[in-house]
Amino acid sequence: MDFSEEQLQDFYRVMFTIRRFEEKVNELFLGGEIPGFVHLYIGEEAIATGVMANLRKTDYITSTHRGHGHTIAKGADLNRMMAEIFGKATGYCKGKGGSMHIADFTIGMLGANGVVGGGYNLAVGAGLAAKLRGQDQVSVCFFGDGASNRGTFHEGLNMAAAWKLPVIFVCENNQWASTTPYRTTTSVENIADRATGYGIPGVVVDGNNVFAVYEAAQAAVERARSGGGPTLLETKTYRIKGHFVGDPEMYRTREEVQQQFETNDPLNNFKQAVLNANSLTEKDLEEIETAVQAAIEEAVDFARESPFPKPEELFEDLYVEGGETL
Amino acid sequence: MREITFSQATMEAMAEEMARDERVFLMGEDIARQGGIFGQFKSLPQQFGFDRVRDTPISETAIVGAGVGAALAGMRPVVDMHFVDFITVAMDEVVNQMAKIRYMFGGQCTVPVVLRAPDGAARSAAAQHSQSLESWFVHVPGLKVVIPSNPADAKGLLKAAIRDDNPVLYFENKDLFGKKGPVPEDEFFTPIGKAKVVQEGTDVTIVSYSIMLHKALDAAEQLKADGISAEVIDLRTIVPIDKETLFESVKKTKHLVIAHEATKNGGVGSELAAIVAEELIDYLDGPIRRVGADFVPIPFSPALEPLMLPQVEDIVGAVKEIC
Repeated sequence: MDFSEEQLQDFYRVMFTIRRFEEKVNELFLGGEIPGFVHLYIGEEAIATGVMANLRKTDYITSTHRGHGHTIAKGADLNRMMAEIFGKATGYCKGKGGSMHIADFTIGMLGANGVVGGGYNLAVGAGLAAKLRGQDQVSVCFFGDGASNRGTFHEGLNMAAAWKLPVIFVCENNQWASTTPYRTTTSVENIADRATGYGIPGVVVDGNNVFAVYEAAQAAVERARSGGGPTLLETKTYRIKGHFVGDPEMYRTREEVQQQFETNDPLNNFKQAVLNANSLTEKDLEEIETAVQAAIEEAVDFARESPFPKPEELFEDLYVEGGETL
Repeated sequence: MREITFSQATMEAMAEEMARDERVFLMGEDIARQGGIFGQFKSLPQQFGFDRVRDTPISETAIVGAGVGAALAGMRPVVDMHFVDFITVAMDEVVNQMAKIRYMFGGQCTVPVVLRAPDGAARSAAAQHSQSLESWFVHVPGLKVVIPSNPADAKGLLKAAIRDDNPVLYFENKDLFGKKGPVPEDEFFTPIGKAKVVQEGTDVTIVSYSIMLHKALDAAEQLKADGISAEVIDLRTIVPIDKETLFESVKKTKHLVIAHEATKNGGVGSELAAIVAEELIDYLDGPIRRVGADFVPIPFSPALEPLMLPQVEDIVGAVKEIC
């Protein structure tokens, strides 16, 4: 493996943070502490981790309703994330967004999106902004196999390809469009096959292998940054949890999920690889786990202790007061 | 004062703002090589290049969505909808993204996008190229909506919209593009959210905007012959509504007629009538009247189209009913 020890530790730290964060959100939601809906990223951690390891703080991403993993991997603060999921005033969006609408503009995280397929063109626009300014920022759009059937997929990919914009379209093919299996709604074997129609590279990679994701994303990011235009990168994975927490999952068997998790858990895959190669030790991994566990407990405490927004905050941040001249 | 067309006025606004601020750019269908289907963008690519004045694919969701995305990434895009009718294709981008992003993300960002959309019925363009859809966006918090009636406000409002840090929908009537009017040569802005009393009167307030404002003025002229003094207000901004100017006038005249080319049902007139009924009913000496298009798609035939569109006589008739 051609990765430094520090890189490997970072991979594990990010993946494990996402895993534990999501497990904690699951537990808190079922315990009645979190309102609304939450969609968990469990089983897909290697994708956000492998892609984001190639990005700079100034690069942009757009995310989805299943966005906690992207947000964590881009470098967001866990306390403010958890507080937002609780609907608290100290959250990223002051409690106005919740799980499906977390953003952190200071790190280029342009927002999760409650509309499936709503992020493509925002990412295209961010890529266009970078190109117009002559800067070498790139923009990454995360989306699922379900979202790949939105018309915005076509409009976004075509525009980005026609204008050679620095955008990487990362499809997280987790096999399930909400409750509907990918194969029953899509005519191609791979979403990435559609890249041919836009004259851009289409790459299929094992989304449960952080090294494979990292390398594929590296090539796509380099291509985008150097003016080569967009790439459609499809990462094959599996949604271990229901569409949302509380989903009765009538559309699949527990055995199927169990079998997928046992054979293809991205965290387990990573552990086996690094331990077998003697790149990291059990102790290294445990140290990371202990630190992450503490950070997540701290985030929960922060969220619990934070105040809810006050009634007078209801109308705040709807309009910007004034403007340059007004 | 010099007189220029509405179209030239908007071109001046674009050119001044693009020269002043590199973050301002323009994109839409047929705007660069062709100069816009109404000629309203001619000369801009020659001044600013085809990067900053971009012809787009026929992809409304991408045009509006990329405008929003570019704004989030620090630009100040102006996007053109070709015809307002096509905004229907990009409603998610306008309603769920552009309008909500700032609030939903707790004010972390601004979304300084201007969406320009030619509207109105002109020369038998039929049902899908003739609508006036401004009232839809009165219902969506987060947007500002402006709608000029003359070249000076076309320029002043467009410059104000580009400088505004909020998303602004800018509706421009197709039949106004060629109309001339006085426009100051020095830089000026028309404030967003301020209506204008175009003609003072004492007996009835006629509130209108865009092309109907001209019919309202014609109606006011005719009413003079009947001894009725009409005060005519050009709303100019639909969101936020300038209640102060509206209320002051209604308190004085005690009668209100609202006229717009858009469909009467659920139109801006309905909202204004409701506001006045809720807050000023004790001042009124008669019922409120709305004048707008009939509740039917806009027909193609020149024999039918004018029948469903509101005319000067409709405004005159509405005033006479209540005064």
